[in-house]
Amino acid sequence: MEKRIQVPMTKETAAGLHAGDYVYLSGIIYTARDAAHKRMQETLQKGQKLPFDIKGNIIYYMGPSPAREGRVIGSAGPTTASRMDKYTPQLLDMGMGAMIGKGKRTKDVADAIVRNGAVYFAAVGGAGALLSKCIKKSEVIAYEDLGTEAIRKLEVENFPVIVVIDAEGNNLYEEVMANMKA
Amino acid sequence: MRTVQVNEVTRAVREMCIEANHFLSADMKKVFDEAVDKEQSGLGKLVLNQLKENLQIAGDDMIPICQDTGMAVVFLKVGQEVHFEGGVLSDAIHEGVRQGYVEGYLRKSVVKDPIFRENTKDNTPAVIHYEIVEGDQVEITLAPKGFGSENMSRVFMLKPADGIEGVKEAILTAVRDAGPNACPPMVVGVGIGGTFEKCALMAKHALTRNLEEASPVEYVRELEAEMLEKINQLGIGPGGLGGCVTALAVNIETYPTHIAGLPVAVNICCHVNRHVTRKL
Repeated sequence: MEKRIQVPMTKETAAGLHAGDYVYLSGIIYTARDAAHKRMQETLQKGQKLPFDIKGNIIYYMGPSPAREGRVIGSAGPTTASRMDKYTPQLLDMGMGAMIGKGKRTKDVADAIVRNGAVYFAAVGGAGALLSKCIKKSEVIAYEDLGTEAIRKLEVENFPVIVVIDAEGNNLYEEVMANMKA
Repeated sequence: MRTVQVNEVTRAVREMCIEANHFLSADMKKVFDEAVDKEQSGLGKLVLNQLKENLQIAGDDMIPICQDTGMAVVFLKVGQEVHFEGGVLSDAIHEGVRQGYVEGYLRKSVVKDPIFRENTKDNTPAVIHYEIVEGDQVEITLAPKGFGSENMSRVFMLKPADGIEGVKEAILTAVRDAGPNACPPMVVGVGIGGTFEKCALMAKHALTRNLEEASPVEYVRELEAEMLEKINQLGIGPGGLGGCVTALAVNIETYPTHIAGLPVAVNICCHVNRHVTRKL
């Protein structure tokens, strides 16, 4: 099913999404990948605040290529989500609304998604040029020294994603795996 | 003896980094088009069409096909009649990568130390494989390798008794475990034989072979066709969302090996299988 939603999103919106839905997101999302997650965890361990309000917000696992002059961003597709699995349950328990990445997640992450009524979206891996066209604004808001791995605040318009794990725990990849013939 | 200035190598590598990250080779494009026609699943077709459109945008607007513009892998065939002048050859290659990635708006994805992980900020160093061949030519193949798929690659040290059935199972295991993580539809490079490092190198090199050229060895050619069919029967599909197009090609290289061993390496590449070759 095809849906259009505004982000950040509410738990009610999340509850209405089902694994396999094709969704266009519009609004504000934040990027973070390996190094930014490590630093966010260290920040929390020190009892300090994260560089943005995680509640209801979406993290996009992405590190862009540099923007050419006059452009918003370079190529901007998803990276493999499983490398962030170690850090994710804590962020979900703090109220993170959803994640955008690609690839499998651990059971711990899937359980935390259900526990918190969140969603895991996949964007199409390797479609970075196409996806960059849906990003209207990009601003580094933290960890600038990490280069491509800095945290960016993005304004997106009709950003195409697919629901992989929904708030009820349905998992599109696992359904595909279960149907494997060999 | 023929003299080659190393700055010619730098210039070529610089241009090849930019070309490889914005344009796929004609053989890759062709298998892509065939894949779109073949795929039956709705989500699978949708993913493939997005990827096709992505390729068009990348070339038209000069935006890298994928934001992971890879670690630069360079295969260099140097004719033994060639004499290099003007500097050290490996320095010239690294300099070409530096210029290509910095001036070409490509992502800097290389860290200086695997543990301390400080970004080198210019995507150097490259990983360079030299081969000395006959003649007075220099052939450079540049293959930027993304790590979503690299992370799903495997080496299996099989026993001779495992035979060809063991090899088939190893390939399927690697692809099955990779699932959606390796950005399918993938290209699967396989090395069979040699030693631990030789089979891995063959698997990597196999990814650079033109997809329209089958192996010259008859049983290898048959194995490539059989494995492509078996992989596509797994049902992983484009993006791992289900479908009949999981791999676009299986390329296999073989080499003599030891009486006690049967090494098999499976190097998985995503659909952005980038490689450019030039002769100097």
